[in-house]
Amino acid sequence: MSNSAENAPRHEAWEPGLTRVPFWVYQDDAVRRAEQEKIFQGPVWNYLCLEHELANTGDYRTSFVGDMPVISVRAEDGSIRAFENRCAHRGALIAFEDGGNVSEFHCVYHAWRYDLAGNLKSVAFRRGVNGKGGMAESFCLEEHGPRKLRTATIGGLVFGTLSNETPELEEYLGPAICAKIRRVLHKKPEILGRFTQPMPNNWKLYAENVKDTYHASLLHLFFTTFRITRFSQAGGITISDDGAHHASATYAQLETRDTIYKDEAIRSDNDAFRLADPSMLDPVDEFGDGIQLQILTVFPTLVLQQTHNSLAIRNFVPRGTDAMDLHWTYLGFADDTPELRKRRLKQANLVGPAGFVSMEDGCIGGFVQRGAMAAADELSVVEMGGAEARTTDTRATETAVRGFWQIYRRLMGL
Amino acid sequence: MTSAELLFRLAALNTHYANAIDADRLEDWPGFFEEVCLYKITTAENEKRGYAAGVVYADSRAMLSDRIAALRQANIYERHSYRHIIGTPSVRSEEEGVIAAETPFLIVRIMRDGKMDLFATGVYRDRVSQAADGELRVAERIVVCDSPRFDTLVAIPV
Repeated sequence: MSNSAENAPRHEAWEPGLTRVPFWVYQDDAVRRAEQEKIFQGPVWNYLCLEHELANTGDYRTSFVGDMPVISVRAEDGSIRAFENRCAHRGALIAFEDGGNVSEFHCVYHAWRYDLAGNLKSVAFRRGVNGKGGMAESFCLEEHGPRKLRTATIGGLVFGTLSNETPELEEYLGPAICAKIRRVLHKKPEILGRFTQPMPNNWKLYAENVKDTYHASLLHLFFTTFRITRFSQAGGITISDDGAHHASATYAQLETRDTIYKDEAIRSDNDAFRLADPSMLDPVDEFGDGIQLQILTVFPTLVLQQTHNSLAIRNFVPRGTDAMDLHWTYLGFADDTPELRKRRLKQANLVGPAGFVSMEDGCIGGFVQRGAMAAADELSVVEMGGAEARTTDTRATETAVRGFWQIYRRLMGL
Repeated sequence: MTSAELLFRLAALNTHYANAIDADRLEDWPGFFEEVCLYKITTAENEKRGYAAGVVYADSRAMLSDRIAALRQANIYERHSYRHIIGTPSVRSEEEGVIAAETPFLIVRIMRDGKMDLFATGVYRDRVSQAADGELRVAERIVVCDSPRFDTLVAIPV
């Protein structure tokens, strides 16, 4: 952290610690550029797609690692390969659909061809025409190609990394987070829908929001009033040793009542608000452990959500300093009963761009981005529950948000 | 009904529907639907792939009323309104009193500060029938949006 002045010369020094965050970190384009190298192309595992989407040889999906467009594909040998979606010749996109099935890739610009592992296989008219033109004899195909990512999977989630320093995926996640991913993704998933929610804020504000268990029952009336997650319910937060990943859990509440929100006159606890058709909030304990809400993050850009029986992957893609796209993939399992499938569809009303809960998270990052517009050198406060980032049995804390800054500052050298 | 009458009545239904939303008479909105109904907002891509989920999925008029109650009493979002421009319905079929129709729409969103955006385009894929009171009511409205992107939030019904 000693070189923060060098990395951000125009700003006040950022004192060491996890309880204060300067607003320039959400605003500065130099920070955004540094994140590409140090975070997304650095020693992290980026979520790419679902293994289920790459069932057959040649099945591919396109996605992003920070700004970098990436192709993930099932190769002939059954392995999952990932490489930069950039032709080695002039830099054009190699694939410009969301996905599909191919036997090989070829760039449309000058017909350079790549195999399913991203190796450059041929250059059109390499030897020229009628002895004229063509590439130099010394041009070597093997020396050219898009950058390749190492891939790994857990629970059917495909991750990729550009750094040789990234530890193996399960070591990166740690045993506790691995167990909580497998808890949800324990059998063959089925995609129920895909939606993209652009948000008017820096990606880190959303990364913090999903780790912020303090706000959940204060902002979201549905969480509090309908007892989906209240501080009085049993639960807690698991944080990986380096702070990078987290999983919060809330257990179903027995029929006990508390007055803690009433005592503080919190808006989100409103017994007068009732649903005419409460079937949307009629869950079953499908995992058999009483956990009705589990929000899990894998640094830097993945959320795995279980809200009752609504399951979803959320992958966020930065789009400049003050915009991001949130890609929702709603999931069920291939063997869902029709009743369980219907529950998932109805409970999905809580999440997504129109979600009774998530629509509020869609707005709140923009409120911060706009509120702090003229406050680059002012500091936000992240001090609920102490100064550290560690596993805890309460959710009235910002410990997981501090975990984000712990890994972020270390990787960025800020 | 003659086909001209049917077209006129479908167009009138859509006009009233859009006026209720755009004029912030949201409490009137569930009344355009039958008691047991399906209202879903999804995308052309999801429809093409047979993905069943919507960003809104309601299978009763009561669920639609709940959505309005939530907007009024529960949810936090920035004040905004829509202007619907609704095209001419095309009747796909009419069997045993159930009319299947498809109608294109375009929605401009006007934010509190005056910012206007082209928020959504798409088609209403409807099944409509004549209720006991003589009015046409929606049994099913699948709102198929052309784009997979929903900017920030979908609070007000589409």
